[in-house]
Amino acid sequence: MNLRELPPEDIRRRLAGPGLCLRTGPITVRIRSRLPAVVHTLALLYADHPVVAEEAFCDFHVRLFQPAGLRRWWRPQVQFAFDDFVPFKPLPHDHAFPMLEWGLNWAVANHAHWYLVLHAAVIECGGRAAILPAPPGSGKSTLTAALVQRGWRLLSDELTLIDPDTGLVHGLARPVSLKNTSLPLLRAWAPDAVFGPPAHDTLKGTVAHMKPPPESVARMDEPARPAWVIFPRYVPDAAPRLTPHPRGHALLEFARNAFNYSILGSRGYDTLARLIASVECFDFHYSRLEDALATFTRLAHGD
Amino acid sequence: MATDLLLRLLTTPAEACSLAPAQWDLALRQARRAGLTARLALVLEEAEALGAAPTTARRHLGAAVVVARRLAQALEWELACIQAAVAATGAPVMLLKGAAYVAGGLPAARGRLFNDVDLLVPRPQLDAVEQALLEHGWAPMKLDAYDQRYYRRWMHEVPPLEHVRRQTVIDLHHNILPLTARYRPDPAKILAAARPAAQAPGFLVPAPADLVIHCATHLFHEGETDRALRDLLDFDTLLRHFGRTEPGFWQDLVPRARALDLARPLYYGLRYAHRLFHSPIPPAVMAAAAEHAPPKPVGWAMDWLAREGLRPKHASCRGPSTGLAHFLLYVRGHWLRMPPHLLLPHLLRKALPHWNRHRAAKPARALDKV
Repeated sequence: MNLRELPPEDIRRRLAGPGLCLRTGPITVRIRSRLPAVVHTLALLYADHPVVAEEAFCDFHVRLFQPAGLRRWWRPQVQFAFDDFVPFKPLPHDHAFPMLEWGLNWAVANHAHWYLVLHAAVIECGGRAAILPAPPGSGKSTLTAALVQRGWRLLSDELTLIDPDTGLVHGLARPVSLKNTSLPLLRAWAPDAVFGPPAHDTLKGTVAHMKPPPESVARMDEPARPAWVIFPRYVPDAAPRLTPHPRGHALLEFARNAFNYSILGSRGYDTLARLIASVECFDFHYSRLEDALATFTRLAHGD
Repeated sequence: MATDLLLRLLTTPAEACSLAPAQWDLALRQARRAGLTARLALVLEEAEALGAAPTTARRHLGAAVVVARRLAQALEWELACIQAAVAATGAPVMLLKGAAYVAGGLPAARGRLFNDVDLLVPRPQLDAVEQALLEHGWAPMKLDAYDQRYYRRWMHEVPPLEHVRRQTVIDLHHNILPLTARYRPDPAKILAAARPAAQAPGFLVPAPADLVIHCATHLFHEGETDRALRDLLDFDTLLRHFGRTEPGFWQDLVPRARALDLARPLYYGLRYAHRLFHSPIPPAVMAAAAEHAPPKPVGWAMDWLAREGLRPKHASCRGPSTGLAHFLLYVRGHWLRMPPHLLLPHLLRKALPHWNRHRAAKPARALDKV
């Protein structure tokens, strides 16, 4: 059963009580919260995700709540708990949903060590995956959001999970985090896309999450074979340019930014080296989403 | 019952075969909150009960073992760096707690997580060792003037030192309890009996009895109970190991604790390790330790506090009186650390937020990185 088939009253009851268990690809989370903002945005953006039985095994238990004390009335805050442990400082109340998303990213990156977890977006077309590692501000999420609205499948916009045994990438198909000027850009690019309410003045500016396309969620259990590693960079007014990226450098770049590369030790290195050896690496400079779509389409069709 | 699920799995791993997925779920939460996930994985593996876990649970157990292995490896490297820094001082440097278990090649190190490296040096050489560490990239963690003074004047350690590049932390001690504490162990006696660390050349580790006594002392002097169950499991593991491998270990244990003025914490350790982990303690040793038991009413109160404090800090282990017990343990921890005329002004100071600015100024965890 998908979340959209669950009556709103049921969603609220589960979130307030035993927890709502949602499956995002290989990871199942139990979410608890009484905050209306979390209830509504979750129901909106995870509508296509499967709901799991209450007594199932869940990988992570997370809870969003208002810290006790005076702050309940004066500039209310929101707090994130993971297995009853509070890893972060509280955030302003209206950052509740972004905090849930960041908290889930943190939980996966810090515990799912049966994968090599890279800090990169990953999308798929025709059975082949493109991994997009990039520092914040490079337009990685914008590009990901734009492409998955035009035929590419979303695996993840932040966490690339690589199975060390198979070399395949596993997707979570969770909402895509968009910031500041990307928001109007994406709304214009995909008028039918669904967005959660924007949260202002977060650590990253104004943030809103885009609902993953239903096809991506429906196929979230299909892992994909990595084919390309593409370092995107938004350059104002630039013509699209796809140039080879040195493999050795790509490996070092991943090693630096992966969440658990050092924890996995030699297994992390072997997995990464095998990945890099099996893909083509590119730099991609662009300024217009139309150009990016054209380039990625050509790549997927092998021209 | 759900409350002691983790404890049952640790003591009778065969029970794993009858767990439903929801119980595996709960066991993992409790293990994570107690810092015992990797340890649980190893206990289950040894009992050949790991196969009973569903794949979903098993991969978390495996991940915890990967992390623990990595931390142990990082600790070995850290010890080599510390040795390179302090060797020139010629001071004897003794490792305590987790670092000592690793350096001593002891089974208590298996699956254990490590945060800080605890060192003990003779007080006359404290300044030289601190200076050597400062010259090799460690720097005092940011503390306000009050906390600096508090450490220097009353504590058994200098303010924590953090390596500027690796962000690893050293707690440099010159005693095992604060100078103001009720009990007055003589660190010179512990240093004199210390042995070379089998796995970390250049370092010393406490003699078996001292290691066990220090483990109990640390556990029953802490006001914070986050790692209490883990510490008691360490204690049990040390007892079993030395009881098997160290001639005269049991006979010497209580007299040694008496000589160090630490017989009371040893008694508590033996009592609760036996209760929770069924540690095989010879009756004569238990009887000798019991001579140092507190008066009956205190003992009853302590039984209750220990029962609450030794549970994992998870909602499923919380009873109606758990909050009160944690508060009392916190007060007790301070009570044992300092006499009231020092304690009251200190707690008052800590309770007033504007005097406590360095706490508030701690940067938020880097949420924006994920």
